[in-house]
Amino acid sequence: MSTPASYANPKLFWKRWGGLIVTTVLILAAIAYYYAREPHVTEAVLASTLRQSVPLVLGALCGLIGERSAVINIGIEGQMLLAAFIAFMVNVWTGNLLVAVLAGVFIGAVLGLLLAFMSVTLKIDQIIGGTVINILAIGLTGYFYQVGLSAKGKLNPIPLGPLAKIPLIGPVLFDNPPITYAAIILVFVVHYVLFYTPWGLRTRAVGEHPRAADTLGINVYLVRYVNVTIGGALAGLAGAYLSLEAVGSFDRLMTNGRGFVALAVMIFGKWTPLGSFGAALLFGFATALQTQLQFGGKINIPPQFIGMLPYLLTIIVLAGFVGKARPPAADGIPYEKEG
Amino acid sequence: MSENEVYALEVRNIVKRFPGVLANDHVNFNLRKGEIHALLGENGAGKTTLMNIIYGLYTPDEGEIYVDGKKVEIQSPHDAIRLGIGMVHQHFMLVPVFTVAENLVLGAEPTKGWQLDLKAAREAVRRLSEHYGLEVDPDAVVEDLPVGVQQRVEILKALYREAKILVLDEPTAVLTPQEVEELFVIMRELTKRGVSIIFITHKLKEVLAIADRITVMRRGRVVGTTTPAEATEESLARMMVGREVVLQVPKGPAKPGDVVLEVRDLKVEDERGLMAVNGVSFEVREGEILGIAGVQGNGQTELVEAITGLRSAREGKVLLGGVEAPFRRPRFLIEHGMAHIPEDRQKHGLVLSYSIADNLVLCTYYKPPFAHGLQRNQQAILENARRLVKEYDVRTPSIFTPASALSGGNQQKVIVAREFSRPVRLLVANQPTRGLDVGSIEYIHKRVVEMRDHGAAVLLVSAELDEIMSLSDRIAVMYRGKIVAIVNAGEVDKSQLGLLMAGGQLQPA
Amino acid sequence: MGDHEQSMTSTVWEATRRYLRSVAVPLGAVLLALIIGAAIIWISGASPWLAYKALAKGAFGSAEGWRRTLEKTTPLIFSGLAVAFAFKAGLFNIGAQGQLLLGAITAAWVGFAVHGLPWAIHAPLALVAGLIAGGLYGYIPGALKTYTGAHEVITTIMLNYIAMGLTDYLANGPWKDTSEGNIVARTPEILPSAHLPTWGWLPLGFLLALAVAVFAWWVLERTTIGFEIRTVGRNPHAARYGGMKVARTIILTMVISAMFAGMGGAVETQGVIGRYQPGFNANLGFDGITVALLGKTDPFGVIPAALLLGAMRAGSSQMQFDAHVAKEITDVIQALMLFFVAADMIVRWLLRVKAAEGEEKITLSTGWGSH
Repeated sequence: MSTPASYANPKLFWKRWGGLIVTTVLILAAIAYYYAREPHVTEAVLASTLRQSVPLVLGALCGLIGERSAVINIGIEGQMLLAAFIAFMVNVWTGNLLVAVLAGVFIGAVLGLLLAFMSVTLKIDQIIGGTVINILAIGLTGYFYQVGLSAKGKLNPIPLGPLAKIPLIGPVLFDNPPITYAAIILVFVVHYVLFYTPWGLRTRAVGEHPRAADTLGINVYLVRYVNVTIGGALAGLAGAYLSLEAVGSFDRLMTNGRGFVALAVMIFGKWTPLGSFGAALLFGFATALQTQLQFGGKINIPPQFIGMLPYLLTIIVLAGFVGKARPPAADGIPYEKEG
Repeated sequence: MSENEVYALEVRNIVKRFPGVLANDHVNFNLRKGEIHALLGENGAGKTTLMNIIYGLYTPDEGEIYVDGKKVEIQSPHDAIRLGIGMVHQHFMLVPVFTVAENLVLGAEPTKGWQLDLKAAREAVRRLSEHYGLEVDPDAVVEDLPVGVQQRVEILKALYREAKILVLDEPTAVLTPQEVEELFVIMRELTKRGVSIIFITHKLKEVLAIADRITVMRRGRVVGTTTPAEATEESLARMMVGREVVLQVPKGPAKPGDVVLEVRDLKVEDERGLMAVNGVSFEVREGEILGIAGVQGNGQTELVEAITGLRSAREGKVLLGGVEAPFRRPRFLIEHGMAHIPEDRQKHGLVLSYSIADNLVLCTYYKPPFAHGLQRNQQAILENARRLVKEYDVRTPSIFTPASALSGGNQQKVIVAREFSRPVRLLVANQPTRGLDVGSIEYIHKRVVEMRDHGAAVLLVSAELDEIMSLSDRIAVMYRGKIVAIVNAGEVDKSQLGLLMAGGQLQPA
Repeated sequence: MGDHEQSMTSTVWEATRRYLRSVAVPLGAVLLALIIGAAIIWISGASPWLAYKALAKGAFGSAEGWRRTLEKTTPLIFSGLAVAFAFKAGLFNIGAQGQLLLGAITAAWVGFAVHGLPWAIHAPLALVAGLIAGGLYGYIPGALKTYTGAHEVITTIMLNYIAMGLTDYLANGPWKDTSEGNIVARTPEILPSAHLPTWGWLPLGFLLALAVAVFAWWVLERTTIGFEIRTVGRNPHAARYGGMKVARTIILTMVISAMFAGMGGAVETQGVIGRYQPGFNANLGFDGITVALLGKTDPFGVIPAALLLGAMRAGSSQMQFDAHVAKEITDVIQALMLFFVAADMIVRWLLRVKAAEGEEKITLSTGWGSH
C-alpha cells in the first residue's frame, strides 16, 4: 500500500521506484554516450523529442482529466484540428499570435463542452460522440480552408537567459517556444490539481464511483462538464501548437492521428500526468528518430516504413499495456441519476 | 407520548410514482429522537424508495417532510446532509481505491489554502473512531478492508457530516451473525449519543432484537406500526406479506443416487488475482440438494463460475457424470446436462433487449429444431416460446416483448423455463430468489424441489440462511474460500450455521 | 404492461407506427443538417436554393448523373455495411478506410499482374483477392482486442495510417506504373478482363453492393452466427453464459466487416478507377460511419443512407459550377447529419417522437481494458 510509512521500508521503496530509477539512469547514460560521440545530432534529436512530445502530452492531459471523471474523449484529434485551424485563421486576420493561441484554446474548450453535452447530458455513446467531433472538424476545416493563406509570424523559441547556455541541457530544455514551456508546466499543474486538491479528489471519485460522489452531494455532471471542457482547452492548445509553433501554417488533416496517439500515451502513462509525460517523450523520441533517419540517409529503409513507426509503437503500447494498468472504474459509462 | 411531540423526522403523505409502479402510496412515518425505528418490508415494498426520498436522491411527487418539526425541502443529498441526515446504503457508497480518510472527507474536504488537507482528514478519522468506538485505520485502502469494516467507514462518513438521523439500508445483508451483533452494539451506542436511527430490513428476527418501534410496509403503503413487545415473527410476517406465509417448503426426504457433480481440490482466483476459492472438494448426487451457505464474498461466486464454465480455475477438477469438464467451456457442460440459474440474472442470464423468444433459446439456438445448419428456424423458436411462457406462467404481453420490460420475478421465470426445458442432470442455482417477491420465491422453490424429485442433482448457493435451510438436504458452509463443514440439514440450527459461517467451529455434541 | 392480446389490425397499425417512428430520427437529422447547411451557404454569400437545386440536378438530372451517383454510392454501401456489421457485435470499426485501401490495391495487383484469364475468372479473382486482403487486415484489430484488450478504435485508426504508408510504398515502388511519362504514385491500369462493367447508368458494382447488403442482413438476422454476433454485442456476459465463443465471434465479426470494406475497395478499383491511385479513396472509411449510423446500423438502412451521401458527392461539382459553393460543404452537411443522428434526443425532442420500447441504444464496448 502507498501509505507514507511504507517508504521507510527499503524493499517496498525499490519495488515501487526501482524500475523508474534504473530506467532513468540508463537513459541518462545513453544520452551521455551519444553526446560524447555526436553532440550535434544528439542535441537535435533530444530537442526534437521534446517538441514532438508537446501535442501528445497536451492531448494526453486532455484525455486523462476527462477519463479521470469517466468521460472518454476520442475526439481529441478533431479538437486539435479545428483549434489549429481557428488559431491559424485568427492569426491571419489579426496578425496577433497571443490572440490566435487564445482563440485556439477557446475553440478547443467549445468542442470539449460539446462533447460533455453529448456524453453527459444526452448520454450518447462516448466513442460515437467523439467521432462526431472528429468528422465535424474534418468537414469544417475542409470547407473553410483556403489554399494560399500564410500565417503572420510564428511562435519562436525564447531562450531563458544563462540557462540556455548550458551545454546540451540548455538548448534542449531552456530554449523553447512558449507552448512547449506551457506544456511542461501544465503537466505539473494537472498533477497537482488531480492529486492534491479537493477538486482532484472529487474528479477521481466521480471517475471511480459516481454514485458515491453523488450521495455526498457532489455534482457529478458538473465535475464532468468542467473536466471535459478544460480538457478540450488543452487539446486546443495542442492544436495551436501545431499550426503556430511547430509549422507556422495550416494544412488539411495536419494533426495526422496525434489525437489518437495521445490516448495511447495516456494509457501508457497509466492515466497520470507525469507518466503521460514520460510516455509522450518516448513517442516524441520515435518521431524525432524517424526524422533523423529520413534526413540522415544512413539506413536504406523506404520512408513510408519509417513514417509508420509512431503508429506501430502505439499499437504495441496498447497491446502490451492495456489491462496492466487500471483505468478509472466508471470510464466510458454515462451516469444516470436515480428518480 | 403527547400529541404534539417534536419528531426527529416525519414524513406525511409521501407519494412517488415510477412508470407503471406506485412505489410510495401516501406514506406516513415518524422517527422519535434517539430511537431505533425499524422499517420492515419485502423487496419492492417501497422502503428504499422512501429512504431515497428522505436522502434527496428522489424527489417525491406529493407529500411533506419535517425535520425537528420544521417543514423542509430535500432536493439533493446535499440538502439532506445539511439537515443532519446520513445514510448507509445497501451497496456501499465508498470509492474502493481511496483510503478511509479520503472517503471520509470526500465532498466536504478540509483544506489548507488550495490544497487538500489529508492530515486533517486522518485526524478526523481518529477523532471520530475514538469518540464512537468505531475502530478503523485512516490510511487503509477501502477495497482491502473486510465488509464489516467498510460498513463502519460508511457510518463514520455520516457522523463526520454530523448526522443526527442515520438511515441504515439493509445493513445486515452482508454481515455474519457475529458482525450483526457488533453492529447492534454500535447502533445502541449511537442512540445513546443522541443519534436517531432508521433501520431498514426484511429480516424479522433482527427487527425484534434491536428496534424500539417497527413500521411495516407492503406494496408502497404503510401497513402499521408496532413494537417488539406487541409483535411476534408470525404477526410481522403476516403484515409484510398480507397473508399467512408458508415459511417451510413442502418437500419429501431426498433419495440420493449416483454422484453427478464432483469437485476436487478446486482453486480459483478472483479478478484481483487473489485465491478466492482455495481448495474446495465436494460432490452432489442425483436426487439431492446441496446448499452452500456463507456470507457473500467468501468465494461462492468464483466457485460457481468455475463449475459452470465461466471462469478458469488455477488447480483442481470438476467432473460431471464422471467426465472431466474443461474450464471456460460452458457449452460442454450445457450439452452434458447442466442447467444454471446465474447469480446476476440481468448480467449473465438474459439479453435484456432481446425478445423473450430469443432469450429462451440462448443456450440451444444452434441445435435442431431451432437451427438447421446455419439457418435459424424462426417458427420453432416462436413455438418454443409460446409453450414455455404458458408452462412456466411468465406474465408478459407477448413473446416478442423484450426481457427488459418484465418484472424481476418474470425475468427469473424466463431463465428457469429456459434452463429446465432441457434434460437436466445437474442444476446450479446461485441466489435464485434474490430480489423477488414472495409469490415468485415460492414458485421457484417449488420448481427446484421438483427438479430434485425428478432425479437431478442440485447445487444451491444462497446468502439467505432461511432459503438454504428450508431447501437443502445437505449443507456445505463456505468461509474464506474453503468449505469448513458439510452437514446434514436438520442436524444443525441457524446459530450453529452462523458460527461456521463466521469461521468458528462446532462443539462436539 | 398490457394485459390483453392486441387485435390483428391494431398490430399492423402498431408496426407501421413503429416503422415511421424509427425512420423519423434519421429523416429529421437529414433535414436539420440540410437546413443548417443552407444557413452556412447563405452566410458565405451564396444562394442555398440554387446550390441544392444544382446538387440535385448533378446527382439525378441525367443518366450520366445517375451513373455518377450510383458509382459514388457503391463504395459507401460497402464501407457503411462494414461499420454497421461490426456495430452489431459492439465493435467500432474505424478501420474500414485501411481495409478498403488494401482491398483496392490488392485487386489492382491481381488486375494488372495476372495475365491470360477470361473475364469470368479474372474479375471475380481480383474481387476475391481484395476481399481477402481486407479481411486479413481486419483480423489484426480483432485479434489484438481479444488477446490483448487493445481497443479497436485506436488500433484500427493506427492501422489506417499504416495501410496508407503501405499502399503508398507499393504504388511508389514494386507495383508502380512504369509506363512512359508517369511520375505519380499509382499502379498500372488493370487488364480489361478484370474490369467490372457499367451497363448504361447501372454499374455492376452497385448490384454487387446490394447483394452484399442482403447477405449481411441474412447473416445477422437469419443465421446462428448472426445470433451470436448480436448477442455478443448486446451482452457478452450472457453470450459466454450461453456457451458462445466470444473471442472467436469478435474476431470473425471484425474479419467479415473488413471483408465488406476490402470488397468495396476492389469494386472501386475494378469498376471505377481502373487502377490503384492514392488519394482517390480518402475518407470512405469515415463516411462509412455516417452511413451506418444514418442507416440505423441496419443493412437495409445503409442503402438509402449511402445513396443520399453518394448523390451529394455526385452532385457537388455541379453545385460548385452553378452556385459557386465549395464542394466541401457536403462534408460539413454530412458531419451535421452524423451529429443529429447520434444526438437523437435533440431530434426526438424537436419532432416529439418517443423511443420505441426496447429499441436498442447504440453502446460500443466501453472502456479500454474490456476483455
